[in-house]
Amino acid sequence: MSGIRRPKSRIWRPSTDLVLCWIGLLTLLGLTVTLSYQPLASFNFPVAMTIAAIKAGLVAAIFMELRHRSGVVCAFAAAGFFWLAILLWLGLMDFLTRV
Amino acid sequence: MTEKNYLTDDYRLVSWFTTTDHKRIAILYFATLIVFFFIGGAAATLIRLELATPGPDVVSADTYNRLFTMHGIIMVWFFLIPSIPNTLGNFIVPLMIGARDLAFPRLNLASWYLFVLGGCITLYAIFMGGVDTGWTLYTPFSTLYSNSYVSVAVTGIFIAGFSSILTGLNFIVTIHKLRAPGLTWYRLPLFIWTLYATSVILVLATPVLAITLVLLAMERLFGVGIFDPRIGGDPLLFQHLFWFYSHPAVYIMILPGMGVVNELIACYARKKIFGYKFVAWASLAIAAAGFLVWGHHMFVSGQSLTASLVFSFMSFIVAVPSAIKVFNWTATLHKGTIRFDAPMLYALAFVGLFTIGGLTGLFLACLAFDVYATDTYFVIAHFHYIMVGGMVTAYFGGLHYWWPKITGRMYPEYWARGAAILIFFGFNLTFFPQFILGAEGMPRRYHVYAPEFQVWNVLSSGGASILAVAYLLPMFYLGFSLFFGARAPANPWGATGLEWRTSSPPPRLNFDQQPVVTEDPYDYAHAPEPQHV
Repeated sequence: MSGIRRPKSRIWRPSTDLVLCWIGLLTLLGLTVTLSYQPLASFNFPVAMTIAAIKAGLVAAIFMELRHRSGVVCAFAAAGFFWLAILLWLGLMDFLTRV
Repeated sequence: MTEKNYLTDDYRLVSWFTTTDHKRIAILYFATLIVFFFIGGAAATLIRLELATPGPDVVSADTYNRLFTMHGIIMVWFFLIPSIPNTLGNFIVPLMIGARDLAFPRLNLASWYLFVLGGCITLYAIFMGGVDTGWTLYTPFSTLYSNSYVSVAVTGIFIAGFSSILTGLNFIVTIHKLRAPGLTWYRLPLFIWTLYATSVILVLATPVLAITLVLLAMERLFGVGIFDPRIGGDPLLFQHLFWFYSHPAVYIMILPGMGVVNELIACYARKKIFGYKFVAWASLAIAAAGFLVWGHHMFVSGQSLTASLVFSFMSFIVAVPSAIKVFNWTATLHKGTIRFDAPMLYALAFVGLFTIGGLTGLFLACLAFDVYATDTYFVIAHFHYIMVGGMVTAYFGGLHYWWPKITGRMYPEYWARGAAILIFFGFNLTFFPQFILGAEGMPRRYHVYAPEFQVWNVLSSGGASILAVAYLLPMFYLGFSLFFGARAPANPWGATGLEWRTSSPPPRLNFDQQPVVTEDPYDYAHAPEPQHV
């Protein structure tokens, strides 16, 4: 029944960590957009990628709760990133060296 | 009174379709895979029938395209990839590690339902008219030009991929968390090591296939520019993404086969596996290195020469752990007390056929040779030696080895040996001529060919009919054994391993008491004598 209210203790609220992380991600998003309009020459790309990596790290650590997990779980999460790096590295090797 | 086991626990059909027992789910997979094996096999039969003569006698060019596509899609995604992990693995892994079930039993059942759903959608695509792109679904043909049921087939494969991911996840967590007391990593049977390596590939590679297929569908259905260069895409990107999954998928197929062969060779040579740790780590090395070599499928695609050279070099590296395994198996056989029972015949056939397939793979890893052999029957012969000569042979070996455990019945040994020999003979007669055809320049995927190739093609088609009979034989004598075979004792082969410590067939929860492991694996010096010789 819609009129029944749950006890206050059972209402889920995002933790402060999640809220702070979300604000941090939005700030980084703003930074990405702002810096993309700055004339940084060849630095635009590495700066954008660095910010993106920090965002991914925050999502993995806070939202995916990896900071509370054991070594094996972290190792598997790292493996995902490592394999993605392999895909990008060897895939880009073709695109960047085509004549 | 017959003791209750997982087969007699509940006879109702609904109990099978709602079961969370890993053993029953393995049986469900087994029955499903038989159907797909025969559908894929029927396509192969028609292909070989067409190729018995140089002209277009049996099917049209378009139908031929759809036949080899159907054969490839069904055999790769709906037989080879799930075969050992989802049937033998599902059944044996918890028993081998002394667990009551897999870590996520309901997820296990969900994976079977996803597999069936994916399979039905793919079959719908095939029977509505089929797909004519080849199993590799290369763009731009698959996105721009093909008028066949590409999107439907891709949806089926996409869904079946999730089944693979769930199985891989289940195995990884099970092997980490549910091992019996005393069962340390270096006491694990090598079958478990190989399935662990396979699961890592399943979890890491299959999502890439899923993404690739979604991108393909987006371009085909909505015109989003991913692979079409006219709208900003790159056709080679598809090949990179596809082979990033599909080359490791070869190891998804062969690693479990290697795992089975470890068990068979140790048992029938009555010896410890030579260099256990090397063999164990070689599995993980193959899984890891397998991700670095995909570009060797693209040497003539327009890929840069630098990339081709790097991929060629990497492809040679992956041969090292594979060779470690082959050398260690032969060293295990050395001075062993070898029994040539049917499972061992399959294991020995595997070693020889896999070696031929692997070595010809090194030919193809060599840039200069590959340019010559690309899209010829040499490639067809090479990968069939790995996938059929290797994987399917190991599957049959494992099926015979664990048959008494699975069914509680013994199979007729002489029939089984006859079938094993016939499979070996039929396989070589089918595929060895294809090496010669490829070296002589016969291209793959054509339903007509120059008359000078006919002799080798007739031999190959003759071999295929022998192979078809040989593959049908086990269905009859194993089916016979289900009803009339002698009752199997708990450990008919005198094998080591926890699965042989429980009754055949095992009870619903596998063990009456939690087993404890105190010895190293493959301790055949102290193993019980075989009861069924």
